[in-house]
Amino acid sequence: MNELVVIEDLHVDFGTPARPLPAVEGLDLAIDEGEIVALVGESGSGKSVTALALMDLVDFPGRVRARRMTFSGRDLVRMPDHERRALAGRDIAMIFQDPIGSLDPCYTVGYQLDEAIGLHGHADERASAAARRERALALLREVEIADPAARLSAFPHQLSGGMAQRVMIAIAIAGRPRLLIADEPTTALDVTVQAQVLALLMRLRREHGMTLLLITHDLAVVAETADRVVVMYAGQVMETGVVPAIFDAPLHPYTQALLDALPEHNLDRARLRTIAGVVPGAHDRPSGCLLAPRCAFAADRCVSERPRLRAFDSGTARCHFPLGAP
Amino acid sequence: MSAAEPPQGANSAPAGGSAAAQPQAWGDHTSVDSSALLEARDLARHYRVSRGYLRGHAIVRALDGVSFTLDQGRTLAVVGESGCGKSTLARQVTMVEAPTSGRLMLDGIDVAQASAATRKRLRPDVQMVFQNPYASLNPRRTVGALLEEPLVIQRRGSGAERREAALAMMAKVGLRAEHYGRYPHMFSGGQRQRIAVARALMLRPRLVVADEPISALDVSIQAQVLNLLLDLQQELGVAYLFIAHNLQVVRHIADDVMVMYLGKAVEQGPKEAIFAHPRHPYTRALLASTPSLRRGRLASI
Repeated sequence: MNELVVIEDLHVDFGTPARPLPAVEGLDLAIDEGEIVALVGESGSGKSVTALALMDLVDFPGRVRARRMTFSGRDLVRMPDHERRALAGRDIAMIFQDPIGSLDPCYTVGYQLDEAIGLHGHADERASAAARRERALALLREVEIADPAARLSAFPHQLSGGMAQRVMIAIAIAGRPRLLIADEPTTALDVTVQAQVLALLMRLRREHGMTLLLITHDLAVVAETADRVVVMYAGQVMETGVVPAIFDAPLHPYTQALLDALPEHNLDRARLRTIAGVVPGAHDRPSGCLLAPRCAFAADRCVSERPRLRAFDSGTARCHFPLGAP
Repeated sequence: MSAAEPPQGANSAPAGGSAAAQPQAWGDHTSVDSSALLEARDLARHYRVSRGYLRGHAIVRALDGVSFTLDQGRTLAVVGESGCGKSTLARQVTMVEAPTSGRLMLDGIDVAQASAATRKRLRPDVQMVFQNPYASLNPRRTVGALLEEPLVIQRRGSGAERREAALAMMAKVGLRAEHYGRYPHMFSGGQRQRIAVARALMLRPRLVVADEPISALDVSIQAQVLNLLLDLQQELGVAYLFIAHNLQVVRHIADDVMVMYLGKAVEQGPKEAIFAHPRHPYTRALLASTPSLRRGRLASI
């Protein structure tokens, strides 16, 4: 398979250089062309910051460094700023959790689509206002919005959440991206609308041959959409594996604990199994395994030594004593 | 408690005729059930909305004839999408608004027709937990002040007694005594929801209306808060009107389920019956839309 994205040893720090607050600590991630990869983890695990680093959207005082970060073989770390900006939005596009908040409330849907087409569309699509309008209508039809001509003059507050997310997707695919990053795209939506939006993303991905990086905390959504899962915890990758094998036999106790907390896995019991405690903050991360204080299987070695991400038959895991392994 | 109950609907699978009557019969008692804590009969709330200057008014039937009963110590889950009337129902039950028509019996007293003084007297019996604990807690008040405020409003106890009651409730919901003087921003989402639950229970209500209490939380934290709600129900015998859209969660916590659509209950009955044999197409659509680990890839892409 052709590797579209390769990230090695990504660090994103906030705070001052003297007292940094690491959000992502040494993340490795490779995404193949055409793959659907899900990035899973609790709040504060660094999922969104990883995506923002890939989009070059980490603002001051955030600092991004990586040993290697390439997109389609092009080096993102040493690329001049203007090339990087041209890449983000066109070849790598992103949609966010709150679609109504992501659209500019002062401008119509038509204006915002026009802007994206003018920046990222093909030359013939950009040529005239009429051509841009034609392309905007085609994009709205593509995302299955009824009566697209009327929607062009609508303002974001006149849209429902599901419709606003469809408009966001239309804007994102205006530049025919090769990689679409969807950051919790359906978390704010009703279940029936969530199913429609996920089905739309799957169809667009297949028809346009897009690669999809799906960020979510909903493991059930992952099970129904993704090819591969990357489980993050406190700024590091804990486990990677393919779907559905990772759900049947996870290697990392953290993945197992996340699965055990789902009501679906507790049908026969009154109380849900939980993970004690909370994700450690940037200041109080343990020096050993990040999960050690919350892990049911933690041993002395887990407290003293931070495990490395090791390769196994079914994926990779950052654990001294992976489940089900000899 | 919910898990100790034998499954009523699940084993009646082959008997089509009797099962068909079962879910509806539950909501159709003609006599007033004396043991019911809360009973709604054809409860409706309509809103008059302006359509603009000189264009008259329209009626929005936010809640349009809903009937149900909820017994002491049980959980009724109300399920449906945005705009189906769930939150309007919550506003009627908490007595924030008076219903347009229908009856709402709390402990045998018709709240809909009751005087303002009676409604005021009954309000402490029904408390509410909101969806977003980042918005529902006043950021300028300490945990102690937040928990004691309901007691201050109801003029219960002395300052020392209120403080003692707040500390006791904090222990019950899994907060430590040193959290008493802290502010909401110093807590994680799960801990904030614990504070919100504690505040709702300070007046020892008999019914708690929980409006999507865990949907803003992480998966691992959702489980902790759900367990807390179940433990408190067992300990205090409080009944829950649990508003949710996640059917996996509803399946775990509820005794009975009511599915709402456009202000009406389209299907209601014991949890086991609804999940085993969803009758209404909308219930089926909801079940089919709920993502599941075990169903495999997204269908019909």
